[in-house]
Amino acid sequence: MSLKLNQHISREYNAELERIRSQVLRMGGLVESQLTQSVRALRKADTSLAVEVQNADGRINQLEVEIDAECTEIVARRQPAASDLRLIMGVSKIISDLERIGDEAKRIAKMTNTDLAGHLPEHMNMEIGYMADLARTMLHDVLDAFARLDADDALEIAQRDRQIDLKYESITRQLITYMVQDVKTIPTALAVMWAVRSLERIGDRAQNIAEHLIYLVRGEDVRHVPLDDLLQ
Amino acid sequence: MQSESATQSSLLQEASLAKDLAAVVSGLHVYYGQRLALDNISLDVREKHVTALIGPSGCGKSTLLRCFNRLNDLIDDCHVQGQIRIFNRNIYHPDEDIVALRRQVGMVFQRPNPFPKSIFDNVAYGVRLQQKLSSRELREIVRWSLKAAALWDEVKDRLDESALQLSSGQQQRLVIARALAVKPKVLLLDEPASNLDPISMLKLEELINELKTNYTIIIVTHNMQQAARVSDYTAFIDQGRLIEMADTRSLFTHPQQKQTEDYITGRYG
Ligand SMILES: Nc1ncnc2c1ncn2[C@@H]1O[C@H](COP(=O)(O)OP(=O)(O)OP(=O)(O)O)[C@@H](O)[C@H]1O
Ligand SMILES: [Mg+2]
Repeated sequence: MSLKLNQHISREYNAELERIRSQVLRMGGLVESQLTQSVRALRKADTSLAVEVQNADGRINQLEVEIDAECTEIVARRQPAASDLRLIMGVSKIISDLERIGDEAKRIAKMTNTDLAGHLPEHMNMEIGYMADLARTMLHDVLDAFARLDADDALEIAQRDRQIDLKYESITRQLITYMVQDVKTIPTALAVMWAVRSLERIGDRAQNIAEHLIYLVRGEDVRHVPLDDLLQ
Repeated sequence: MQSESATQSSLLQEASLAKDLAAVVSGLHVYYGQRLALDNISLDVREKHVTALIGPSGCGKSTLLRCFNRLNDLIDDCHVQGQIRIFNRNIYHPDEDIVALRRQVGMVFQRPNPFPKSIFDNVAYGVRLQQKLSSRELREIVRWSLKAAALWDEVKDRLDESALQLSSGQQQRLVIARALAVKPKVLLLDEPASNLDPISMLKLEELINELKTNYTIIIVTHNMQQAARVSDYTAFIDQGRLIEMADTRSLFTHPQQKQTEDYITGRYG
């Protein structure tokens, strides 16, 4: 059953649901840009960009509070049922995951340090860039799937978290090797370790969002179900 | 489009295996003259549970409800085909004792219909027809019924006054008390809360919840939240057809049929 927000007899209700959807997309866009900027700041050791990222996090938190309040109001005034109810419940979980992704971006920005610049081997820098791209694309695509309320895409996106996990493991292994070989690299390696840990968590959160999306479109709770089972 | 056989939840199928069904409707067709009002309805009603019938005005909810105690017999040119078994007895069998059936299957109508008698006599009416009781026993039944219907406190000092003086919300609770007084096994409620204020409505829902430990209840309601709150199973009917029946929780969180979805979320069909 495809999900349509705009066919209620009450036009005001259509508008309210539509507004919630566009607010989530706005919040998602902001989070995505925070992630991009934080990784750029880290890789280029751009501390002033890093400060900007940290300051912008407040706007994301504020949007979460606003959307949450609108969801509560709809529950109180409209008593949503079926797909409308799932949309509201799904959105309130999605925005909480988005807010956490925002926090992780802020954490990545915090790891930015001018000392990093010289100490990060070029190919490590590229590895981080590659992992960040995986996370960012995953977030971007899941928001895009949300805009279209597309559960099939969400299912495909949910599986990408594995690639991010693998990348995370290989980067941490390399970082450990650096630290063992040369103790002077330890501060840098630890900072990078924290940052990739954040990227790994962002993958988890994006997977959560994909799962909430599947639930809100199809009405099936796919959390804690092995993804292979779903694909069969 | 929708398939001929509407879906029933596996819970109901399990229940039917467990044989705790109060009523089984199969292949029911009802005509008013030439016009088909119910089209091939089959559904199970689980004993000591609440089943809600929902659907747009004119879809046939009251018609279906009236089949359970053969009240449609009273309507000229209303024809019923198919079968309804209540406690495993075919109630449309020619030998069925209709008076006994209506005692077992009580009804509260969509429009409250108190008799032009005192409040007390309204509630005592059916009980008197049914059995010979001492006046003390009768008073006790009337008091219990009025209390159960959440009306006692408002009328206990004026039981001898005419029932027609009561407000429509009070009349509605009075006819519920009247139905309860004869202790039916199955209670049919047609929009019992349509004239009630929100608090009386919640009290009525609380009553329904208590009653289901001993009674089987089938309720028609236009209030979707009410159906979601009080019922265990919900059947959605549209234009005389059973579109979907399921346990209430699944029906209100993820209905299987688009028509059900559109109806309960207030969308255009
Ligand atoms: N006594 C009757 N004679 C002829 N047609 C009738 C009679 N009672 C009901 N109908 C018709 O049968 C159809 C179903 O009516 P019914 O009263 O069962 O609907 P309903 O679902 O209870 O509607 P509402 O929610 O408005 O009470 C309607 O088209 C109605 O006009
Ligand atoms: Mg009716």
